Amino acid sequence: MFYVDLAVSGVVFGCMYALMAVGLTLVYGLLRILHIAHAAVFALGAYVTVLVANVSGSILLGFVAAIAVTPLCGIAIYRILYQPLLHYRPDVPMIASIGLLVFMQDGFRILFGEQGVTFVKNPLAIESVDVAGITLTFAQLAVLVVTLLIFVALHLFTTRTRIGVAWRATVSNPSMAASFGVDAIRVRYLNFGIGSALAGVAGGLIALLNNFVDPTIGYVVSYKALAIIVLGGLGSVRGTLVASLFLALVESYGTIFIGSYLNRDAIAFLALILVLMARPQGFTGVRTA
Amino acid sequence: MSAYTISLLSIVGINVMLAVSLNIISGFCGQISLGHGAFYGAGAYSAALVAVTTRNLPLALIAGALVGSMLGLIVGFASLRVRSDFLAVTTIGINFLFTGFVRKQGWLGGEMGISSIPPSGLGGTGNMVMIELFAAGTIAFSLYVNASWMGFAFRAVAEDEDAAATLAVNAVSYKLVAFALGTAFAGLAGALYAYFTQFINVDAFDFITSVMLMAMVVIGGIGSTFGVAIAAVALTLLPETFRFINEYRLLVFGGLLVLFISLAPGGLASLFHGTRARLRR
Repeated sequence: MFYVDLAVSGVVFGCMYALMAVGLTLVYGLLRILHIAHAAVFALGAYVTVLVANVSGSILLGFVAAIAVTPLCGIAIYRILYQPLLHYRPDVPMIASIGLLVFMQDGFRILFGEQGVTFVKNPLAIESVDVAGITLTFAQLAVLVVTLLIFVALHLFTTRTRIGVAWRATVSNPSMAASFGVDAIRVRYLNFGIGSALAGVAGGLIALLNNFVDPTIGYVVSYKALAIIVLGGLGSVRGTLVASLFLALVESYGTIFIGSYLNRDAIAFLALILVLMARPQGFTGVRTA
Repeated sequence: MSAYTISLLSIVGINVMLAVSLNIISGFCGQISLGHGAFYGAGAYSAALVAVTTRNLPLALIAGALVGSMLGLIVGFASLRVRSDFLAVTTIGINFLFTGFVRKQGWLGGEMGISSIPPSGLGGTGNMVMIELFAAGTIAFSLYVNASWMGFAFRAVAEDEDAAATLAVNAVSYKLVAFALGTAFAGLAGALYAYFTQFINVDAFDFITSVMLMAMVVIGGIGSTFGVAIAAVALTLLPETFRFINEYRLLVFGGLLVLFISLAPGGLASLFHGTRARLRR
């Protein structure tokens, strides 16, 4: 039973990782930028969810607010910060992105306090339900269901709608897509909008899960999500999902078996390095090196 | 000179060594590394161990440079497998692996670190002079490399590996050399740091440190030795000058970083030379 519990918590973590990382994957696939400030958008989503939920008394309304605010933030980051830097070496926008993350994280600390904020009322984190003999809190269940819904929706959107197909076309060949009349700028806005909204949802969910948001919440995302998108093959949504679950399960079991030699982050990155040495293109990427 | 000035200048010297040596790997040879802190730390820890057991300064410095360089060579081999952003994240991994490993090792002091490192015997001022001399040496070496045939080969690898191969530039060996050289200086800086503080803790060599060093390279202007050295001095002293706004230190720092890169994406070097066009991809 112990190993099953580890698997369950691993899968829940994996779903969180997937939601955090998928926006990063979308941005990378289109613009080849390591968008580290994505972690700040994620933190923004977490704060907005908690604060709006506390004011309005409805957790659902908190999520709606997060989904409304984070895309605006993401698009503003693209428009103001990245667009002028696209012609420079990728380390230049990356360092700018890190600067923004530091700025926003400290901004959250100053605005909302060192201790962070908590839900006034969050029954979902405490009450639990039995599913096939496995005990899950409602918050964990919500994470699993929401992740599943989002990835199915994302799949349908990119395969069944006109704008979704245009998006995929732009990712795989920007100039060809443009010659077929796809507006590349609109696709970029869409890209940042959807990616940031997903980060916002992920932020809200992690707040729900921990019942708690503090200014350092984005820190883990900033490097763990990078590991995930690289492991998934950079730019592949499916690869990101696989890599998230893989890494979370490795962490879950790894901390039990080799936790006395390496900590959680080190285990994750050891797995990453070993996989990359065997498959330098990640799980699903196209081999270039 | 007050003790405060001496310690500040020592840290400046160490950071100049680190940033300039990272610039050899990332600037000259184009291999993005976000794990420079690991080599710095490996140098510091090995120097500390040697210093504690033998109390021999030159031996400890050599040990630091050697171990840093050996670890760098291993990562250099990894850089042959993975490219660009894959490499960047692999090097982040090296950094987390290093800190995560050291934290769990009793013989390295674990979370507590290594204390009671014997003094160098040069005194505070002597120590500082030694550090500045090594920093000047690192700058001189970097300028020499840049002007040499090797510097040309590095630039060729950075621009386009496949094109470099057609010019009979062996990208594999130059990448390895860049990593081995750059990380040797990082290890040496670590050894100097161990003697400077006489107490080391793994927190000083974490991912944040590596990011700061990369920020120095980008702000200085990728590939410019003087630009990077000046940026290292500025970014080390800047947080000190912010002490009066202690509460908002990180906010101001992050904001300035964003602002500077938005206004001068080519770094300090481009402000001086207008070499912006050269730095474009």
